[in-house]
Amino acid sequence: MADPRIGIISERLKGIRSIIAVSSGKGGVGKSLVASALALSLVKKGYRVGLFDLDFTSPSTHIILGIEDVKPKEEKGIVPPRVHGLEYMSIVYYSGDYASPLRGADVSNALIELLSITRWGNLDFLVLDMPPGIGDATLDLIRLIKRVRFLIVTTPSRLAFETVKKLASLLEGLKIPVVGVVENMKMSRHKSIRRQVERMGTAFLGEIPYDTEVEESIGNVDKLLGTTFAEKVEEIASKI
Amino acid sequence: MHEWALAEAVIATASQLADKERLREVTEVKIKVGELQQVEQRVLRFALQQLKTVKFKKTRFRIETAKAKLKCRSCGHQWFFRKEKLDENTAEAIHFVPEIAHTYIKCPKCNSPDFEILEGRGIWLESVKGVR
Repeated sequence: MADPRIGIISERLKGIRSIIAVSSGKGGVGKSLVASALALSLVKKGYRVGLFDLDFTSPSTHIILGIEDVKPKEEKGIVPPRVHGLEYMSIVYYSGDYASPLRGADVSNALIELLSITRWGNLDFLVLDMPPGIGDATLDLIRLIKRVRFLIVTTPSRLAFETVKKLASLLEGLKIPVVGVVENMKMSRHKSIRRQVERMGTAFLGEIPYDTEVEESIGNVDKLLGTTFAEKVEEIASKI
Repeated sequence: MHEWALAEAVIATASQLADKERLREVTEVKIKVGELQQVEQRVLRFALQQLKTVKFKKTRFRIETAKAKLKCRSCGHQWFFRKEKLDENTAEAIHFVPEIAHTYIKCPKCNSPDFEILEGRGIWLESVKGVR
């Protein structure tokens, strides 16, 4: 007759002021790094922030943030642990280092389950690290969280940007707000992506240069926050 | 106390359905609980009693368990989930997110993790009865 979990999701999220889904049309554009650095930047600015890794089959934010040996607390549901000043939730608490081969319906079910049992409390921002593309997680998010806003990450590559255009057009058609587009891994001075984004009527939030230090800082938050990459993400954080 | 969160979800959804049907009082709520999620019925029942609002004052909560039936997408073999075969941590992970079964359980015939949960996954609201 009815899935009882759906009815409680809005109640679980009611203490959150702003929900931002960091998304992309394609994988490999640095979405998880942007989501992690964005969440950390917002913490630095004094906001109460949550980070939820929704890339269930390939989670990576726990590696970026060097999160180990923490677990959510069981308290009338589950309460995410606070790590580096942010409330952090990921499926890796349950899957560990093993692969989670999930089909679309399983991704939906896992998403609904975690949204219905996770108690975030009061937050200014909940940052969602989305899986790439316009798949089940994106469609479910749009269906289940009416006030979600999308931040889209692209690279200067036409291959990435063509998929961004599709994602942005889908969101526009569904009247889902887009905070703006971020151009990551920038290696030239070309303004082509900026111009195209502005022509789409979407905000261009900024450029992040390709930063070789980022790879070296994976797993070390202090080092990550000291990179040019993080500095640029911090500028973007002031615009959302 | 994960059951508490599920009980809250049941009460919230049953309330919404009762409002939709313009029920003044809810007399019976039938809930199906899949074995895969290993919900403790005693705890769920206790939470339902604690959380119920005025509308549910005289409600009988009928909880039924459904066996978890799995079917391998690779070889077609069907089998039933058995908690006893899992260690404590794995059973707990599946309790919180039943889809984690795909991480730890394999088809007993061909060892594939690509199986379908045919029935008995998690919690489901079967019916809400009451008086207008």
